[in-house]
Amino acid sequence: MSAASVPLPRWVTFGLMPALNLAVAFLISGLVVAFIGESPLEAVEVLLTGALGSGEGIGYTLFYATNFIFTGLAVAVAFHCGLFNIGGEGQAYLGGLGAALVALSLGEVLPWYATMPVAVLAAALFGAAWALIPAWLQASRGSHIVITTIMFNFIGAALMVYLLVNILKVPGAMAPETRTFAEGGQLPKLAFPFELFGARLGAAPFNVSFVIALLMAVLVWLLIWRTRLGYEIRATGTNPTAAIYAGIPYRRTVIVTMLISGGLAGMMALNPVMGASARLQVEFVGGAGFVGIAVALMGRSHPLGIVFAAILFGVLYQGGAELSFWIPSITRDMIVVIQGLVILFAGALENMFRPALARLFWRVPTASSVKA
Amino acid sequence: MDLFTAAVLVLDSTVRLTIPLLFAALAGLFSERAGVFDIGLEGKMLAGAFAAGSIAIVTGSPYLALVGAILVSVALSLVHGFASITAKGNQIVSGVAINFVAAGLTVLLGQNWFSQGGRTPQLPNTARFNPIELPGAAAVRDVPVVGYLYAELISGHSILVYLAFLAVPFSWWALYRTRFGLRLRAVGENPGAVDTAGISVEWLRYRAVIVAGIFCGLSGAYLAIAQSAGFIKDMTAGKGYIALAALIFAKWKPVPVMFACLLFGFLDAVAIRLQGTPVPLVGEVPVQIFQALPYILTCILLAGFIGTAIPPKAGGVPYTKER
Amino acid sequence: MPECAEPVSRPVPPPVNATAPSSPTHPAGAAPLAIELVGIDKSFGQVHANKDIHLAVKRGTIHGIIGENGAGKSTLMSILYGFYQADRGEIRVGGVPTVIRDSQAAIAAGIGMVHQHFMLVENFTVLENVMLGAEGGAFLKPGISRARAELKRLETEYALDVDPDAVIESLPVGRQQRVEILKALYRGADILILDEPTGVLTPAEADHLFRILRVLRDQGKTVILITHKLREIMAITDAVSVMRRGEMVATRTTAETTVEELAELMVGRRVLLKVDKGPAHPGPVALQVKNLTVRDHRGVTMVDDVSFDVRAGEIVGIAGVAGNGQSELLEALAGIRRPSSGDILIDGASTLGADPAMLRRRGLAHVPEDRHHMGLVLKFEEYENSILGYQDDPRFLNGPFMDIDAIRADAREKIAKYDIRPPNCRLKTANFSGGNQQKIVLAREIERDPTVLIIGQPTRGVDIGAIEFIHKRIVEMRDAGKAILLVSVELDEIRALADRVVVMFAGRVVGEKTPDASEQALGLMMAGIAA
Repeated sequence: MSAASVPLPRWVTFGLMPALNLAVAFLISGLVVAFIGESPLEAVEVLLTGALGSGEGIGYTLFYATNFIFTGLAVAVAFHCGLFNIGGEGQAYLGGLGAALVALSLGEVLPWYATMPVAVLAAALFGAAWALIPAWLQASRGSHIVITTIMFNFIGAALMVYLLVNILKVPGAMAPETRTFAEGGQLPKLAFPFELFGARLGAAPFNVSFVIALLMAVLVWLLIWRTRLGYEIRATGTNPTAAIYAGIPYRRTVIVTMLISGGLAGMMALNPVMGASARLQVEFVGGAGFVGIAVALMGRSHPLGIVFAAILFGVLYQGGAELSFWIPSITRDMIVVIQGLVILFAGALENMFRPALARLFWRVPTASSVKA
Repeated sequence: MDLFTAAVLVLDSTVRLTIPLLFAALAGLFSERAGVFDIGLEGKMLAGAFAAGSIAIVTGSPYLALVGAILVSVALSLVHGFASITAKGNQIVSGVAINFVAAGLTVLLGQNWFSQGGRTPQLPNTARFNPIELPGAAAVRDVPVVGYLYAELISGHSILVYLAFLAVPFSWWALYRTRFGLRLRAVGENPGAVDTAGISVEWLRYRAVIVAGIFCGLSGAYLAIAQSAGFIKDMTAGKGYIALAALIFAKWKPVPVMFACLLFGFLDAVAIRLQGTPVPLVGEVPVQIFQALPYILTCILLAGFIGTAIPPKAGGVPYTKER
Repeated sequence: MPECAEPVSRPVPPPVNATAPSSPTHPAGAAPLAIELVGIDKSFGQVHANKDIHLAVKRGTIHGIIGENGAGKSTLMSILYGFYQADRGEIRVGGVPTVIRDSQAAIAAGIGMVHQHFMLVENFTVLENVMLGAEGGAFLKPGISRARAELKRLETEYALDVDPDAVIESLPVGRQQRVEILKALYRGADILILDEPTGVLTPAEADHLFRILRVLRDQGKTVILITHKLREIMAITDAVSVMRRGEMVATRTTAETTVEELAELMVGRRVLLKVDKGPAHPGPVALQVKNLTVRDHRGVTMVDDVSFDVRAGEIVGIAGVAGNGQSELLEALAGIRRPSSGDILIDGASTLGADPAMLRRRGLAHVPEDRHHMGLVLKFEEYENSILGYQDDPRFLNGPFMDIDAIRADAREKIAKYDIRPPNCRLKTANFSGGNQQKIVLAREIERDPTVLIIGQPTRGVDIGAIEFIHKRIVEMRDAGKAILLVSVELDEIRALADRVVVMFAGRVVGEKTPDASEQALGLMMAGIAA
């Protein structure tokens, strides 16, 4: 038993350590800002004001957060089964196709509230379908799911570009995108909670997908901790041998988990495609699938943690956009850097402070027991 | 243009497109054979390319640029090493993080330094690695087939191209004929055996990731100051992942790595050649098929339909002494 | 089983006692010490693994270190081999105080170690494995011929024949172990530590190992043998030290001690291996195994045409040295491993094609051999493990949801009934002791009121108190009319519990005996010598 495996109080593991890791990531981000000759403090001020200082800012923040809740949940569900789904990017991309097809067809004739359930289903179905082959390869062929999902991100991207350029594009138009959805294919904005507080949503595309995302967070919590399937997923994820002993079929569990995970990633498409741009565009996912990894890690794969982590990343996205507007030398790429650093410190280096904290916490009780 | 000339031109561009893949795949080879998975190849290449482009424009020396690219890439390797070897973190997550940081930082700094939207300024030829005419290339050019092949395909590449192909037998020799290679292969299979033999697992793996950093640096430098005349935003465009696919496709062995990279490079060259030109009988082939083929082939391989790819046994797992 | 009697030819070594002063006939220096540990102390967090250990090992002897699982033997040897640093104390090698910071230092001090789990690179050749870490230069070529010659020499000197070009994964376990010994000798080890070396060996391989160890000793090497098997200590060692709960409790000359004394020293009080049980009243056949053949993932036949019956109300014990097909038999019975031919019947109906979940519904309960890897999910809370395998029981379900309250209430009931400590169903299972973890498994499987109960190694790594409890529960189950199949590598346990003993060797049933058959007769059968 080394210092790394010494148990620590829960508030340290789930509170102090992530906070320390985040602090280091932000500190280094600050150094980067200072390096390019700007004031980090001013940058923080602009970032926070931009993200949270106005109704519109908050609207944008929550709009981005919606994406990350979906992809974070997708990664987390797979994590619980011991699977690393790095293919959220591709699954979301394909999910967009599902949503767009529904919006382009049903959206023409039905009102949004009738189109929406079908679109949700289609997005989830397309996302799940894109996770199916990697899932099957893992379950039946033992191929490493990290590798296959990466491969499927690229295959998916190629497929979507082909479809958009050759089939879905409006004839004669330049941009590889579908036509704009009819009213019934668009998700309405959520302005009333803002108006309640006397704020204005402005141009922010904050829409009902946020509610769907929160609903999914609750459903994922129920699934993982309250259903038999969740129990089986967790057993398979933590001790596959014991799971087989317990009569939990490995293949079925892996495939079902990945379908759920892919479905959640696919639903992410609702937000940008039907909630914001009202058309399907190339690269609309924009890295949200990868950010989901960071969100799931920071949220310790717990839906509540994921919602908070997603909002944090939403703040970074929206604040970063404002930052590049007000301080042009800090381009939007700064957000990518900060994301990378957060993934590095909150994810890969999550236990960096553990040995030191363990020493700290084991010294304290020993000292007190000597006195007693 | 006759068919032969067209074929040679495609092969020539195959060689050029293979080089960045080959360097990066060899980088992955050293890292993964030592048990450290590396999906951060892409990021290290990108950072190396940016460093090369920046240093070349400032100093005018391609050699300084190459050294700089290697140093920057090795620095990122060490970050990956620290995360996955010392801090025993998740190697996949660390790789993703490095890709993000590199993608963001190169453009952020590029814009701040050069104000050209994230690119580095166009390099003069003196600041690049230029094609080398091999002895006698001009003389034999008119000799049918053989002479033409020598002049067009073998001759006329930059020094980095030749270096890349030399790196293949060198890697084989290093892995299978040296003490370092024996230990490196051992630590990727059973780090316990290495540890109990009195060898430091951590230092050995650090050396492996440093080698990976050097190769990624070479790859990046090739992109920025040999193939192109400067760094362009996101110029790796997924090549790091194709290299990873090639590494898997080659079952983690040096010589097959070269062939896998040549295959994927060839697909890329064909895609470029066919863009917009209809193929007889088939019609116009969508370029996306060629872009997706390396990944599709690798998945088919992983499915076990073309032999089996068994990764190094201890890959991806940080080493802790068991109690 | 290896021979039980002392070989006559062996010279009786002088008395060895770490704590007693040397006798006048052996002044200090006359019998040099290979290893001396003085006041070694080591803690891991709150676990005090080694408490003030003193140990003296004479040069040119085989010195046994015996103790139960978790007594601290392996930790002590890991300290000696530089895997861990002692918190306090001194190591003397050949009388010289030596700091052993890592394996490199241990090797330099002439200490070699054969680990319980071999430290071999499986896709390397024997030669490559032997050379690893002792390559003799930056390039392999010159070292290879030197290594080849040295292997040849070691092979003839110590009767350690192994093909240097064989790939490790193609070798049987016994030969792999020889490669480990060769590795140590190649590095010039004078002191060889073997950690539970026979656990994975067949009796013949174990015999061969012991012959090698004797040759090593006779050539002047010092051997430290860590084991929990008393028979091995009596068969091969010159001296023996006993560890108990992190302490070194005694050192004896093997010739002057007895199995009983050592057993008592190991557990701290007389072992009650006799279980109180009346005669069995077997009913109809409940479990029937017919010509069962099972292959492992490599296609090697592990269970070979095995047939036997278990009646309701009796305990049938499967005796055998570990690795003779018992594990695969259990897994086939439990539906985890698919047999390649033959049949398994419960209450007369075939179970072929049934998965573990279906078998449970048909009244089969299974206490697996390895609770850490199979029987429990250690990261789960206790109550979650209390339904592992029964998660589909309608009692615990509420539609698609789990009825957490019902599960916890049920878990608390079992905790009380089986005296599982600490009595907290919200505690992580990893934080229970081995005995209590085993009780969690046992409670779960027994309380289902199965028709057929199959149990593997019920008391492995379990403290004495829990052993008695577990044995009692098993007998109670028999008396309640259950058909019980018991697999154990502890012959004493089989003899104490079983009503009939089936002996397995090399995947086959070699014969059946009553439990009062002599230990020797059973031992010969387990070694595949007699039927």
